[in-house]
Formats: sequence, structure tokens, C-alpha cells
Amino acid sequence: MGDLGRVIKVAGPLIIAENMTGSKMYDVVYVSDSRLMGEIIEISGDMASIQVYEETGGIGVGEPVYLTNEPLTVELGPGLIQSIYDGIQRPLDLIYETAGDFITRGIQVPALSREKKWKFTPIVSAGDKVSAGDHLGFVDETTLVKHYILVPEGISGEIISIESGDFTVEEPVAEIKTQNGSKAITMMQKWPVRKQRPYCQKVNPEIPLFTGQRVVDMFFPIAKGGTACVPGPFGSGKTVIQHQLAKWIDANVIVYIGCGERGNEMTDVLLEFPELKDPKSGEPLMKRTVLIANTSNMPVAAREASVYTGITIAEYFRDMGYSVALMADSTSRWAEAMREISGRLEEMPGDEGYPAYLGARLASFYERAGIVKCLSKKQDITGALTVIGAVSPPGGDLSDPVVQATLRVVKVFWSLEAKLAYSRHFPAISWLNSYSLYNDTIKEYVEKNVHEDFFNLQADAMRLLEKESELEEIVRLVGIDSLSGEDRIVLMVAKMIREDFLHQNAFHDVDTYTSIEKQYIMIKTIIYFYRQANDFLNSGVDINQIEKMKVREMIARMKYIEDSDIEKINSIFHDIDSELGQLKKDDET
Amino acid sequence: MLKEYRSITNIAGPLLVVEGVENVKYEELVEIRLGDKDLRNGRVLEVEGDKALVQVFEGTRGIDTEKTTVRFLGRGIHMYLSPDILGKVFTGLGKPRTPSDEILPEKSLDINGAPINPYSRNYPDEFIQTGISAIDGLNTLVRGQKLPVFTGAGLPHNKIAAQIARQSAVLGKKEEFAVVFVAIGITFEESEYFINDFRQTGALERAVLILNLADDPAIERIATPRVGLTCAEYLAFEKDMHVLVILTDMTNYCEALKEISAARKEVPGRRGYPGYMYTDLATIYERAGRIKGKKGSITQIPILTMPEDDKTHPIPDLTGYITEGQIILSRSLHKKKISPPIDVLPSLSRLKDKGIGKDKTREDHADLFNQLYAAYARGKEVQELAVILGEAALTDIDKLYYKFAEKFEMQYVSQGDYENRSIEFTLDLGWKLLSVFPREELKRIRDSFLDKYLPKFVNKEELQDAG
Repeated sequence: MGDLGRVIKVAGPLIIAENMTGSKMYDVVYVSDSRLMGEIIEISGDMASIQVYEETGGIGVGEPVYLTNEPLTVELGPGLIQSIYDGIQRPLDLIYETAGDFITRGIQVPALSREKKWKFTPIVSAGDKVSAGDHLGFVDETTLVKHYILVPEGISGEIISIESGDFTVEEPVAEIKTQNGSKAITMMQKWPVRKQRPYCQKVNPEIPLFTGQRVVDMFFPIAKGGTACVPGPFGSGKTVIQHQLAKWIDANVIVYIGCGERGNEMTDVLLEFPELKDPKSGEPLMKRTVLIANTSNMPVAAREASVYTGITIAEYFRDMGYSVALMADSTSRWAEAMREISGRLEEMPGDEGYPAYLGARLASFYERAGIVKCLSKKQDITGALTVIGAVSPPGGDLSDPVVQATLRVVKVFWSLEAKLAYSRHFPAISWLNSYSLYNDTIKEYVEKNVHEDFFNLQADAMRLLEKESELEEIVRLVGIDSLSGEDRIVLMVAKMIREDFLHQNAFHDVDTYTSIEKQYIMIKTIIYFYRQANDFLNSGVDINQIEKMKVREMIARMKYIEDSDIEKINSIFHDIDSELGQLKKDDET
Repeated sequence: MLKEYRSITNIAGPLLVVEGVENVKYEELVEIRLGDKDLRNGRVLEVEGDKALVQVFEGTRGIDTEKTTVRFLGRGIHMYLSPDILGKVFTGLGKPRTPSDEILPEKSLDINGAPINPYSRNYPDEFIQTGISAIDGLNTLVRGQKLPVFTGAGLPHNKIAAQIARQSAVLGKKEEFAVVFVAIGITFEESEYFINDFRQTGALERAVLILNLADDPAIERIATPRVGLTCAEYLAFEKDMHVLVILTDMTNYCEALKEISAARKEVPGRRGYPGYMYTDLATIYERAGRIKGKKGSITQIPILTMPEDDKTHPIPDLTGYITEGQIILSRSLHKKKISPPIDVLPSLSRLKDKGIGKDKTREDHADLFNQLYAAYARGKEVQELAVILGEAALTDIDKLYYKFAEKFEMQYVSQGDYENRSIEFTLDLGWKLLSVFPREELKRIRDSFLDKYLPKFVNKEELQDAG
């Protein structure tokens, strides 16, 4: 039999086997009789290097290697939502049931339950002509996600039969007559993770994806189908931001990849998401979430695979016409996994020991994001996949190769600063260093749907913050008393923007999420205050009086006003006028 | 019978190459018998064809290629366990240190353990009162957390760790607790300090001591924390105890890791440390936590010395990315005689949010610490400003912040080594310090809490000064 190799070297997660003729790059193999899953990453003659997804302790020379001649695939179908998988799509909840509290080796559990029956409702009927990507029908997987069953890639023809009723993922729901004979269609498909799922055409991202986070939506917005990265040193709140986005982002499906991070963080998501309610539907957020967890102590090779597993699942939901958001926390751990494997392969290292192909891998990962016209020829379906990656550079140093390679491809950069985190200014996104390249592309949509004044206010606010940083230098040198009245107002209002608008408490019931409408009114109030204060200053009101105005406390409390009481913020405009008017009157008398 | 090999062909640093071997497994335990019957232990690092690369824990001095024999034991390193390990002392490889430390084992476990399934974890949310304000009030420790102390040479990290062990262990709801103390390459004196402290408080009989001192074999340190954590897992998840693990000093562990990596001529990552150090450290630190349906828990306090007090050095840096926060000690506070010299601003407990609040500590805790942090950060900024401009140039409000920062360090952070403050006391102290500010400066605190708590403390400021 040609499908049995033999181990000749074991070094950490890397195994070299001989007698591997006939195997292909990235084929899955099983090592030893405990059947540890691995993937071929290098071939030389009849020898192959295998990265093993499980601990290799106890493996010795001479043990068998079983070939499958198939690449690493994921199972796609009903049952994905609300699941928690490891890096190679093994369901952790089922592993818990079969193996107990600890993950032991060689466990094999199918990703999608083979027993569970799903109620399938067809939307096409016998005699219809269908092609790849068309919706055959749907399963109400959760109250938030209607799971469409698609015609698989490479199949087109006339439907011979299609049935409604309860099926498992392996039972055929339809039969299609193709050129190569009739094909039975099940609700489950398999797809190789390293291959992008096909689509008809990519389009430009022009619609903003609101997140309920003020600093993001107002200053550094992300578009549907866009890419963003969040680099920062430890303790600067990367994970809290990723969690906040996963909770409140305006997407249909969330795929959250915990890549080489803490076990307790995944537990937090698992416990919290079923409790939290989606602001629109009032349903638990877990009902739109898929979790991939490869914690830092789980095998390193599976970490390398986990981002691919996650993004393939995300693409699958995109193909149904959904807006999908993928969070990867953290891509640095993924890059480190690549570095570790590369080191074991004794490849020539590039920057900081990372492999030379680091940039190419990162770029092709982020490029799997986008808004696409789906394959379907009959229906006009558009799906979006937004990718947000956290980066954990050593010491927060942005010259790190992973950060630099990421910045070359992503369009939004949320730079986290330790200094802001120390003063408990969260989210610690620096307003001076961050940027978003989507401001122009989403302009039309925002001006039409939020307010035409939106970008003017954004520019005004940003100018004040820039000016503040210049003035702070001066204050540091010569003291605040030397500043003019105008400049002191700039400092006052910039502080207002920082503390009363940008600062947002993720653990406060109301403050954790702010609708875009409320964000707009909040910033408008602050800018209005700025303009009025300036006017009155010019007409002779004392700056010291303005600095002591009571209305400032009301502005500070705006963020705690619930969305339903948004009128209360409107009344602040009136309060600003009346208090300033009073000051002027006092001044004149 | 196990085969004995006399075929060592290469010895370099802590590593041996044995040729002509059969059936050797990766990570297998190895026994090396020298000509003079000295017995050493090793571990298989790599197997290739009939060659095995072996790492010798006790060093290779005296090993030769002719007389020395090698046996492969067919299993990994195991720790022998029973409830009697409490009160006993073990070497860095988990062997009894003296004959009186022998136990009758109930079972043995591989020291590498297995990763806890994230699905079976229980989120740590039980407040631990350490009696130290800077920790309880601002960087709250919870059961099942891993919270390292980042320190520098000459700072009193041992005192703090001992104080935490002493005060948090005796408090609580009369549950079974245990301390696992793991010494990794520290001096005899440092280790005696802990042992004496445990003895005085009666904690010694509830403690397992794993000692690899500075003069013990350096390579053994690779196994030492794992031995300790295997004991901890046994006590916590099989014997239902709340276990506090103190690992000191993790810097020595990383040095050992570096030594092996260099001997293997691996491509180094940052500053000569191996590229896989993150993963390796994670397999240690992640062995903390709580498990669904189990009563016990493992709380880890690793101590590590930052080389040159540099937080961005790979050891503290990678640690910070794995652990759930960090307590950072400051040399400048230590010089100001503030004890414990906890540098509050860069310190952090990531799990505090779930461990504080109503029914756990007090409803106002979260808002209060946010405000204290913000005020102290501003105070520090103002202090820097005052250095340049002089105090007189500060605005009235900035002067308040200036004074606040000083008082905060003197009264809130600073406390006695044996002072055990209740959480109520710590929270009230925070309010007392904040009460000097006008109410509109306290933006981080909700109105309802300001209404409820602030009036109790306003105007008592002078009293406090007098007292």
C-alpha cells in the first residue's frame, strides 16, 4: 500500500516522514496509531515535513503515517452558529463531553452533528434550473440567522426533486440533474480552508459598518467589507475592543477567532454572549456568533490553521448574502506560529526571525475580505465580509514586522496607546495616530442617511484635538495663563471631546453602545458649545466665567442618556444659549 | 528489560546525542548513568532516524562517550502524588528533597499536563481580599487568575508575594486552601524568607515546596514550574482545594530555555530568546483557572525580574500578553519609602470587572477605581508640569490634583507589611481622597453614587489630616 508513510524525525510540532510518494502539499495526514492530525508543508523526494495539530510527545521513529490525499477542509452547514470550535474545527463542547475537562490527544468529533435534524424549507421547486450559489432553501438555524442552503460550487442543472421536512446534514434534500449525471445535494458542504470561496465580482465598500463605539464611528469608521487592524501593547485594551465590536457591530453573523490568546477570555465570550441582547432584535448575541478558540497553550500548528478555518466559515455566510464580521485576536500569535514552524523547517529567516512570506500570507488573508456579488446567476445577492485583526507587537513597538506588513494591506488603523490606557481613557485609540481610509468612500451614504453635516463636524472636532496637542506643548513650557481666551476655549472643548465623547465605558449599561444618531447629536452639541463660547468671548464675556459654566456638567452626562431620551440632549442647546446669555447680562451690569 | 545504550557520540552544553537507538519517543524521560554510578535525568528533545538528542537536567559535567550508559524509560516525566505532599519539600524535578519528604504515592501524573478545554472553564469572578489597597481597590485579584508581579533587582517583591499569600489565604469562607511555592533558581536566603513566613503563619503544613535553588542544576528549571503546577492541579481539581501558586523567579526559567535553544543552535527570536518562548510560557501560565463543576481553583502569582527594569524586554512582554494583568513595582516609589511600591498606573488586573461590584465588593467600586486612576494619572502629569514651571504656575484645580497624587501615594498605596485592610476601608479611603475635588471633576462616577457616598466624606478632609 502506497498510503502508509513512516516517521523518521520528530522535533516539536514538526514531523518528517519517508515513503510519502504521492502525497500533495497541504494534504491532511494522520500520524501514529493515536491518529494525530497533521498537514504536509514540505515535500522532498519521498520525504514530507508534516506540521502536527496536536502534542507530539511520545511519538517515535518508525511510527506509521496515514495519508488521506485530501486537503484540510471545514464542514459547512446548519449547526455552525453558536458553536465553539478549536483551530481545526473540532467542537470543544463535544470534546468536553467525550474527554472531560482537559483536551487529550487524538480526539475525533465531527464538526457538525450527524444526528441533529434540521427543518428544511425549499424555495425552488422541481424543474427549476439552478447553478452554483443559488439558494435552494433555508433552515431557521437560530432566531437571528436564516441559514440558506446553496447549490455547491461546480454543480448546475435542473432540479429533479426537492423536499421539505426534517433532515440531518448528511441526508439529501434535493437532487439535481447535471451534465455528469444526477447529484444528490445535502445540507453539508466541505471546503478546503486555504482556498478562497469563489464569488462573481468584488465591489467597492461604500456603506459604513457602525459599531456603536463613538471613536470608531465618528472619527475612524470602517466600511462593510473593509479591513481594520488594532495594534497595541498588552494592557491597552485590544481584547476589550474586539469584544465590544463583536457585541455591537451591525452585522448579521460574527466569527470570532481567539488565536493563541487566553483561555479565560474565550470563556468570558462563551458566558457573556448568550446573556447580551442584540440592540435591534433583542435576541441573545450568541445566536449570530461562531467562535474559534485556539488558546495559547493549545498546539501551535492548529493556531496557524485557525484563522483559515474562521475565514472560510465567514465566507460561507457571506455567500448567503449576509454581512459578516470576522475578528481575529491576535494575528501576531498566528504570525508567531508561522515563525515557529518555519524555524523548525530550518528556513532562512527574515525580519525578527519571521519567515520571508509573512507579508504575502497576511495580505492574502486580509484580501479575503470585501463586498461581493455572490455566484448566483438568478438572484442578485450581495454579501460582505469585514475583517478586523488585533496585532500584539512586542513592547507595543509599531515597527514590528507583523504590524508593518498588516498596515500595508488594511485600510483602517486604530492605534492603541499605553499612555491613554494608564489614565483609564478607554477605548485607548489614539486620535492623533489612527486613520481610516474609508472616510471618502462612505461619505455619500453617511451624508444621506445620517446627516449632511456629519463630516464637517468630524473635521471641526479633529481640528480642535490637533490644536490641543500643539497648545499643550506651549502650556508645558510657559503655563496656561499665557494663552489667549480663544486658545483656552480650544483646550476646554478638546478636553470635552476627549472625556465626554471619545471616552466610552464598555462596562456601563448605557454607555457601552451609542447609536450613530446619538453620536451625531453629541458631537454637534459640543461643537455648538465651542462656536457659541467663542462668539460670546468675542463679545466680551470673561473666559474664567465660561470655564465655570454649569452646562458643562450636562454635556459630560450626555453619554449616560438613553437612546430613547435623545430629546434631553437637544435641550442642552437651549441651556448653552441661556447660560451664556446670562453671563453676558451679568457682565454688562 | 529496558535497553542500555553506551553509544553517546556527541556532548555539547546540556545536550547529548545518542546513536543507534531504537523506539525512542519524543519527550521521553531518560536516565543517564555515569561511570561512577552517578545517576542523572534527561529528556528527549528530538529523534531522527536512529539518533536521539537528549537534554540533561543536571548538566553534562563528567559524562563521557565510553563508560556512560543511557536508558530510555518509555514515558515522560511524572510527579508522584498523594494528599501527603502538603508540608513536604521536593526538588526541581519533583523528587523528595530529604528522606523525610518521601510519600506513599496515590497516583502519578505527567508534568506537562494537558490544555484545559476553554469550554470547560469557569470564569474567575470570586473576589480575593489581599488586604493591600493598591491591589484590592485598583487591581483586584480573583480566584483562578494569573497575576504576575513585575519587579526589578532589589525591590521588595518577596514581601508582597508573602503578604498576599499570608493575608488572602487566611481570609475567606473557611474553604480548604493550599499554597504551592515554586522556587526557580532563587537564592537560599530568598527561599528561607518564604519558608519562615509560611512557618510563622502556620501555612507551612498547607504548603508544597518545590525548590530549585541558585546552585541547583539550571536545566532542571525547565521542569520545575511544571512539577509545581502538576501538584496544584492535583490539589485543586481532584482534592477540591483553592490553591495559590507562587512561581519565583520566572526570569531564571526563561534563561534556562534560552540556554537550551542556544545549545541546539536554533534561530533566535528577540534578544536571543527562542521564537517559541510565547507558546512555552503559555503552557505554564495557562495552567491556572477554575473548571466547571469543580470546587477548587488555581490562582497563580508568578514573580519575574525585569532586566534593567525594562517592561518591553521579551520576558515581561510575552508574560504580559499571556497573563491576566500585571502588578508592576516602581523603583522611584521604593526610594520614596512607599511600601508596597506598586506602580498603580501601568498595573492592571484584567479580571477585576467581573469580581467587583454589588454583592462582591461594593456597588461603587468600578466607578470609584476609574475615577481614582484618572485623577492619579492627571496628578502625575501635573507633577511633571510643576517640575518645569514651578508649583506656583499651576491653576487652582491643578494644584488639587498635585496634592491628591501625593496623598494618594502616601495614604492609599503605602501601607504596612502586616496591615490587612478590609475592602470597605480601602473603598472609603478612596472616597476620602477624592472628596477634595469639586463634584463636577468626578466625571467617572455615576450621579447616584456621588449622591450616596460623597456627602459622607466631604469636609472630613481636615479631620483626616489631623489624624
